[in-house]
Amino acid sequence: MVEPLQKPKRKNPVLRTRLPTLPPGSRSRVALGLTAAAAQGRFELQQCADCAKVQYPPREACENCLSVRLSWKRQNDAGELLADTTLHHSNDLFFRERLPWRLGLVRLDCGPSVVAHLHADVRRAPARVRVAARLDRAGQAVLVALPLEETPNMADDRQLREFTCDPKFRKVLITDAKTALGQALVKSFAEAKAEIIWAGYAEPWKKFPGFDELRKIPQVTLLPLDVTDSKSVREVAAEIGGKVDILVNNAELHRAYGIANRSGVETARAEMDVNYFGLLRLAQEFGPAMRSRGADGLASAVAWVNVLSIYALANFPPHGTFSASKAAAHSLAQCLRAEMRPAGVRVVNVFPGPIDDEWNQLLLPPKVAPQALARAVLGALSEGIEDVYPGDVAQEWLARWRDNPKALERELST
Amino acid sequence: MARQPYSDIAVAVPVTVPYVRYSVRSAHWWLARALDGLLKQSKLKKSDIDGLTISSFTLAPDTAIGLTQHLGVSPRWLDHIPLGGASGVVALRRAARAVQAGDADIVACLAGDTNHVDTFRLTLANFSQFARDAVYPYGAGGPNASFAVLTAYYMREHGARREDFGKLCVAQRANALKFEHALFKKPLSLDDYLAARPIAEPLHLFDCVMPCAGADAFLVLSKQRARELGVPHCSLLGTIERHNAYPSDPIQMRAGWALDRDELYRQAGAAPADVDFVQTYDDYPVISFMQIEDLGFCGKGEAPQFVRSNTFTHDGSFPLNTSGGQLSVGQAGAAGGFLGTVEAVRQLTGASGARQVKDAALGLVSGFGMINFDRGLGSGAALLSRG
Repeated sequence: MVEPLQKPKRKNPVLRTRLPTLPPGSRSRVALGLTAAAAQGRFELQQCADCAKVQYPPREACENCLSVRLSWKRQNDAGELLADTTLHHSNDLFFRERLPWRLGLVRLDCGPSVVAHLHADVRRAPARVRVAARLDRAGQAVLVALPLEETPNMADDRQLREFTCDPKFRKVLITDAKTALGQALVKSFAEAKAEIIWAGYAEPWKKFPGFDELRKIPQVTLLPLDVTDSKSVREVAAEIGGKVDILVNNAELHRAYGIANRSGVETARAEMDVNYFGLLRLAQEFGPAMRSRGADGLASAVAWVNVLSIYALANFPPHGTFSASKAAAHSLAQCLRAEMRPAGVRVVNVFPGPIDDEWNQLLLPPKVAPQALARAVLGALSEGIEDVYPGDVAQEWLARWRDNPKALERELST
Repeated sequence: MARQPYSDIAVAVPVTVPYVRYSVRSAHWWLARALDGLLKQSKLKKSDIDGLTISSFTLAPDTAIGLTQHLGVSPRWLDHIPLGGASGVVALRRAARAVQAGDADIVACLAGDTNHVDTFRLTLANFSQFARDAVYPYGAGGPNASFAVLTAYYMREHGARREDFGKLCVAQRANALKFEHALFKKPLSLDDYLAARPIAEPLHLFDCVMPCAGADAFLVLSKQRARELGVPHCSLLGTIERHNAYPSDPIQMRAGWALDRDELYRQAGAAPADVDFVQTYDDYPVISFMQIEDLGFCGKGEAPQFVRSNTFTHDGSFPLNTSGGQLSVGQAGAAGGFLGTVEAVRQLTGASGARQVKDAALGLVSGFGMINFDRGLGSGAALLSRG
C-alpha cells in the first residue's frame, strides 16, 4: 500500500531550488502515435489492418505480414508482469534524481511484451496488471503498469505522481472565479486537497453571487485579478507567481453572432482581449516563474490549464468572432506548451462544447454543466491528460473534425 | 544444400590493445593500434592485408570504408560488422569464407571502441530506434536494467541464486589476475560479490560489466599461408550465426544457439563433451548461464546445478572465460565481442601463460549482441581446434 502523501514542509528560501530536468524525450515519428493517444488518456497500440497483429515497439511495417497499413487502436490493457527490477543507478539525470526506480517487463494479453514503469502497489512478478499510457514530464508517452484494482492512496505513488498533475498539496490560481465554471473549479480543487486556491475576480468592488460561499472554503483566497489589465496581472504575478503550481485560465468573454449581425470591431476586440491577450498576459507574467519551478519538490509547478472551446477547431458561425478568439488562444496555447515543455510543466487544453450558461441560452442541449466541466479538468490533471474534450457535443465535433475537417466546415455553414 | 566445411582456415595473431577505463582518443586511434599490433606481431606489411572487417560502436560518422583511407589500406574485401557482442564470431565466419573462396588472402578482423566520460550514456540513448522509443525513457538503466529483468525471471523460473552467479564472477576474476591486460587487478571473493551495492535488482556491482576503451584483433588466413609466415595458429572447425531467434518468446530465456547448436557440432565433428574450454559472451552472468544451456553442456534450466557442480578457473573442471571475461577485463564496446576469440586463439596456440588450460585442443567461442529492445538479438558460436 502506498503511504498517503505528507504535506510538504515549508520551503527553505535559502536553499537552491532544484532545476527541472526531463526524462529522455527523443522518439521516432512513428512512436508519437502512442503520445497522441496518451494525450487524450487512451491506451492504443499499433495494429495491422491486414492480419490484425498487435505490435510494440512501434514499427513502420507489420512484423508479421509486412503490411504498412498500420493504425493505432485501443487495446485490452491487461497483462502479466513477467519480471521486475528496481534501479539504483541510472545514466540519465532525471531518473538519477529520483532513484530508486521500479520497472518491469509486461506480457500484454493482446500479444506484445512491453517495458513499463511500475506503480508501487504492483506486486513482485508474477502479477496481473493493467497497463496505461501516460505522458511523462518530457511530454512523451510512456507505459505504466498499475494494479488491477484501485488501491488506497493510489495517486500518491511517488513514481505515478511524476506522470500526473495531481492537485493534492499544490497551489492553484484560477482566473475569473466568479463564473459558474470558476466557482465549480474552486470547489473541485478544494475537494482534491489543493493547498491554496487563489480565486481571481476582475471587479473587486462588486460582490458576486456565491462570493461568501467561496470565501468560507479554508484553502481559498479571493484575489483581484483582471486579465485585460497588464498591470493587474503583473502585480498579482509579483505577489504569488513564485508559488503557483497549477494555473487555470478560466477567463472568457463570450458574445454571440458572427460578422454580419454586428457593425464595428469592439465586441470582437473585447473577446480577443480576454480570450487571447488575457492568455498572453498571464503567460508572460506567470510562465517564467512556473518554468523555474518544474522540479521544486513534491509540490512542484506542474500544469497550466486553458479553458478553450470546441469552436477552436472549426468556426461555429453563429458564434463566429468568439470561435475566432478561441482559435487564436488555441494556437497561442500550442506555443505556450512548447515553451513550458523544457520545464516539465504540462499545458492542458480543454475543448468543451457549449457550456450551460447565459451566452449559450439559444443552443439546444446537450450542454456541459459547469460542475461536469470542472470534474473533467480535475480528471485530466490526475490522469495526466493533455487534451480534453468534455461532453457529448465536444466528442461528436471532435469525431467529425477528425474524420473530415472540410465536411465539418460545410456542415457548420448551413 | 549442406554447408561446406571450413577447409584449411587458420586463425592467428591475437592482439589486445591494452584497455583503459577512459580515453581521450577516438575509435580510429584504437583500431589503428590494433592493426599495427597485427602487423608487428605477424611481421606482415600493410599491403599484405587484402581483407578487413571493422566492428565499433563509436566510429561514427565513419564506417569501415572511411577507415580504409584513415589507415591508408587498400583491401579488396571489406566488411563493416556492427553486431556488438556477436561481432567476433560473425567476423570470423565471414572472413573464413572470403579466404576459402579466394576473395581475400589475409583478412584482418578489428574491433575497437573509445570511451569518453559521456560515451556510454550517448551510446545508450541512441542505441536503436526501439531502445530510444521504448526502453531508454524507462529509467535509462541501459543494459543493466534489461539484464536485471532477465536475471530476475531466470532466478524465479530455474531456482538460480545470487551465489550461483557469483561463483562464475569469482572464478573469472581469478582467471583475470593472470591476464596482464585485465583492468581488474584485485581478487574477488564470494563475500565481496554478495556484499556489493545493488545496481538494478537483482543485479549488483560485480554482475555488471564496466565500459572501457580498447581494441582486439586477429587474422584469418589459410593454414598454408600461416605456416609460410611462421605464425602460431589454430583451425576453424565450425560456426553458427542467428538473429532474432524465437521472436514470439515473451521474455528471453534462450537465443539462437539453441536453434543451431546441432549444426555447430555436426560441422565440427565434435560434441559438447569434447570441448576443453568455453569463452562465453559474459556482459552479465545470466547470459553465460543461457549459453551453457543452449550450447548443450546441460539442459534448459539446469545451469544453476551445473555451476554448483563444476569449477570455472582455467584449471577447473569447466574452464570458462579464461582471460577473465568482460566482467573482469572490461567491456571495450565491440571489442567485447572479440575478447573470447583472441583468448581462444591464445589458449589453442599455447600462448596463455599462467592461465593456460592444460592440453587445450578444442575451444568454443560464443557471441551475443545487441539488446535492441527487450532481448539480445544476435547470437553466434565457433569451434576452434589446436594446430
